[in-house]
Amino acid sequence: MEKETGTETVKRGLAQMLKGGVIMDVVTPEHAVIAEDAGACAVMALERVPADIRAQGGVARMSDPELILQIIDAVTIPVMAKCRIGHFVEAQVLQALGVDFLDESEVLTPADEEHHIDKQAFKIPFVCGCRNLGEALRRIGEGAAMIRTKGEAGTGNVVEAVRHARAVMGEIRRLQHMAPEEWMAAAKEMGAPYELVLETAQLGRLPVVNFAAGGLATPADAAMMMQLGLDGVFVGSGIFKSSDPPHRAKAIVEAVTHYNDPGIIAEISKGLGEAMPGLEISEIPDAELLAQRGW
Amino acid sequence: MSRIGVLALQGAFIEHIKVLRSLDVEAVEVRLPRDFEGLDGLIIPGGESTTAGKLAVTYGLIEPIKKLADAGKAVWGTCAGLILMAKRIEEGEQPLIGVMDLAVQRNGFGRQVDSFEADISVPALDTVSEPNEKGRLFHAVFIRAPLIVSVGAGVEALSHFADGGIVAARQGSLLATAFHPELTDDARFHRYFLKMVAESEGTSGAV
Repeated sequence: MEKETGTETVKRGLAQMLKGGVIMDVVTPEHAVIAEDAGACAVMALERVPADIRAQGGVARMSDPELILQIIDAVTIPVMAKCRIGHFVEAQVLQALGVDFLDESEVLTPADEEHHIDKQAFKIPFVCGCRNLGEALRRIGEGAAMIRTKGEAGTGNVVEAVRHARAVMGEIRRLQHMAPEEWMAAAKEMGAPYELVLETAQLGRLPVVNFAAGGLATPADAAMMMQLGLDGVFVGSGIFKSSDPPHRAKAIVEAVTHYNDPGIIAEISKGLGEAMPGLEISEIPDAELLAQRGW
Repeated sequence: MSRIGVLALQGAFIEHIKVLRSLDVEAVEVRLPRDFEGLDGLIIPGGESTTAGKLAVTYGLIEPIKKLADAGKAVWGTCAGLILMAKRIEEGEQPLIGVMDLAVQRNGFGRQVDSFEADISVPALDTVSEPNEKGRLFHAVFIRAPLIVSVGAGVEALSHFADGGIVAARQGSLLATAFHPELTDDARFHRYFLKMVAESEGTSGAV
C-alpha cells in the first residue's frame, strides 16, 4: 500500500482537527506545558509574544531553532511556528525542524512586500492572516490550509479581530445571494481566484478552517468570535501577559467549547485576575499596525 | 430513527454530524452530561486527545461515556477518540475513558510531515457494502495518527497496516479507527457503525 504524504487533504485535515480549540503563543517550554495542561489544541512557538515585539520594535524574525526544538520536546500537541511573510527559506527551515504547522505571519517583519510564499511547495500546512475575503482566498490560492483573521496582535483589544471576522463572514453571505454571473465580477473586485469564489459561495463558508486571532484577551472575547462563526481561536499575548496564565488559559479553552452557554462563560470568567493591559487602536501610529502587512 | 451523539468538546465533530445526517440519522452535539439522554450511540471524533480528555474530566463526561459503553451501546472513536477509548497509552499521561482493551502509541506514524493517505483493506466493511463496493479498499486519511500496538483477547483487529500495526479494531459494541472516515466521501465506516448501533439496540438495556 502506498502512503501519500503532504496532500491537500492531510494539510487541511490537521486544521480540521484543531477546530473548536485554542492555539496559544508560548515563548518557553514551561509555557508550552502550561498551555497543554490548560487544554490548548496546539501551541505557537515564538521568541517574543506580539505585545513584546510591538513594545521592543526592530526586525522580528523566525525563532531560534533550538527554542522550537525544546518546545517540540516539551509537549505532545501540535507545534506551530511563525515565518516572515514571503520568507520561504525560514519556512523550509521550520519544516525541516519538524514543526507541524507554519504561520506566515504579519506579526514578524515581512521579508517580501510583493509576494507571499508558494505554500503548495511544502509538505506541512500553512495558516495565513486575512482582513477580508479577498485576502483569505488569495492565500488559499497560494496553498494555505487554514486562515485566521488578523485582528491587531499584541493589543489585547478585540475590535480589529471583530472587524476582520465580520468582513469575511459578511462577504461570504453576500456571495451566497449573488446570481451566478455576478461571481466573476466579485472575483475581479476582490482580487480573488474565481474557482475559490465559486467554491466559497456554494459552501457558504471558506473552503478551509478559519480561526480568529489578534487581540483576544478574555473568555468572552473567545466565545464572541465563535458565535460570529469562526472555527476556533488563537490567543497570543492575552494569556502569558495576564496575571494568572494557567487559569485564564483553561477558562478560554472552556469558553471556546461552551461558546453558546453564557451561564458557563460567566462561571469560568470569575476571579481570573487581571487581563493583559490593552491598547487603543487609534493611538497606535499607522506604521506600527501589523494587520496592514501583507496583502 | 436512531439518535447518535457526537462528542463536541473540540475537533472534527461537525464532519461526523454531516455524514450521519446524510445517512438520515439524528445526530446531536454532546458537551454536557445532560446531552446523553436518549442516545443510541456515541462518536468520539478526532481532535487533540489531551484537550478533549481534560474537558471531559472537567465537565463530568467520563462516567456517562463509560456507562453508555457498559450498557452495550455502540461507541466509536476516531483518531483522538481512539486514544481516549484505549485502556493504555505507551507514553505520557492524559485522562482516558479506558473502555477498550488496547494499548496505543500517540503520533504512531510521526509528526504532521508524516501524515498521509493510503488505501487499506477492511474486510469487515463487506457486511455493509453495496454489491459494487464489495472488496473495495478504504481510502484512509491518517493525521498525526495513533497506532494500536497491542490488543486484548476480546478485541478483533479490523485492519492491519503494511508493517503489521493495527489501525482499526472492534470490541463488542466498541469501534476504534486510527484514521478519519469523516474526511472522505466513503460512508461505509459510518454505515458499519450504524449497523453496530442497530445490533446493540436489540441487546442493550436502557441507560
